[in-house]
Amino acid sequence: MADTMQFDLVSPERRLVSGLARAVQIPGADGDMVAMPDHAPAVTTLRPGVLSVEMDGATQEFVVTGGFAQISPEGTSVLAEEALPKSEVTADFIDERLTKAQAAHEAAEGDAVDTAAKRVSDLQALKDAL
Amino acid sequence: MPNLKDLKNRINSVKSTRKITQAMQMVAAAKLRRAEESAEAARPYAERFNAVMAELASSVGDSDSAPKLLSGTGGDQTHLLVVLSAERGLCGGFNSSIVKIAKAAATKLLAEGKTVKILTVGKKGREQLRRDFSDHLVGHVDLSDVKRIGYANAQSVAEEVLTRFDAGDFDVAKIFYSEFESIISQKPTEKQIIPATFETPEDDVASTVYDYEPDETEILADLLPRGIATQIFTALLENAASEQGARMSAMDNATRNAGDMIDRLTIQYNRSRQAVITNELIEIISGAEAL
Repeated sequence: MADTMQFDLVSPERRLVSGLARAVQIPGADGDMVAMPDHAPAVTTLRPGVLSVEMDGATQEFVVTGGFAQISPEGTSVLAEEALPKSEVTADFIDERLTKAQAAHEAAEGDAVDTAAKRVSDLQALKDAL
Repeated sequence: MPNLKDLKNRINSVKSTRKITQAMQMVAAAKLRRAEESAEAARPYAERFNAVMAELASSVGDSDSAPKLLSGTGGDQTHLLVVLSAERGLCGGFNSSIVKIAKAAATKLLAEGKTVKILTVGKKGREQLRRDFSDHLVGHVDLSDVKRIGYANAQSVAEEVLTRFDAGDFDVAKIFYSEFESIISQKPTEKQIIPATFETPEDDVASTVYDYEPDETEILADLLPRGIATQIFTALLENAASEQGARMSAMDNATRNAGDMIDRLTIQYNRSRQAVITNELIEIISGAEAL
């Protein structure tokens, strides 16, 4: 079994990481999951949360606000809507998105209410975790 | 014949124009490099996104539960044309060529009896479309304060489009922008964004069966609006690069023309100066002979 897999973290504006990783912890919409080499092919959407990558013997952490991940046995690509190294994330950054999500929650109707509520609580959890 | 002073003034004014166009060309060249870099940086995301979407779309596409963004509303009566243009002029035929294809498309749709709505992004396109299609303009996204196009800008345009779609304002949406081929060639392009179309990747790797979490339909519903934003983002970046490219070559031309003009005027100036001297000499000689 291969020890490492190709890992890419890209946001619309740039490529943040590209290299061989041992494991990637992904904040999936339905819960965290860890992708390792030879993982069964899967696609999952992301919730706002922390993504951690184990590569070159060190762990790097990134904050993502949404997007999706494509996992295949050979590698994992995470396409994040917004992604920043955890150290660069400020409370203002989260607050800004939290306010927006709360506004969207209040404006939402029907099925959208649950989705919006989930986003608010995910962001809140992310804020507490930092 | 214009007198010498006028000619001198004229030459000086053309010289300062040349300085300005030269400076603009250099600024455009620098901005072009940056615009190209951002377009380059955005490419991996867009490519992967499209690959995943194509796969998802092909697995969900045919079922009845497919989201409207993908399958369409069922009609094609009302068309929304999103025209992306520059906020500034002085970039050759850049804005006009985008507006031209948008106008052609609008005229064709109107002739077929369809309803046309136009959403403009960028001041210049709006100004040109207002002349002929002022009744069809439904909205405008202002990006004049934006120095560097970010994903957030694309999202705001996408939001504008999606709220209208959700309200049932239109059936089909197309974007008009200019694709960047090289500094000297930009191709005005028309692309349909709703119902969404995805180019299926050439190497058919559809044999991999992916696990979807949550299920396909839900992921698709979540990703489609992002797909629209991504497509608009790509278009905006292409447009930004094209604009700078077009401006660069337009300013290069202008600089060269100014140089030619200075040469011509200088020759004229020297000729007139010599004619004046010759005249004076003749007058002096004939004056001396008369004595």
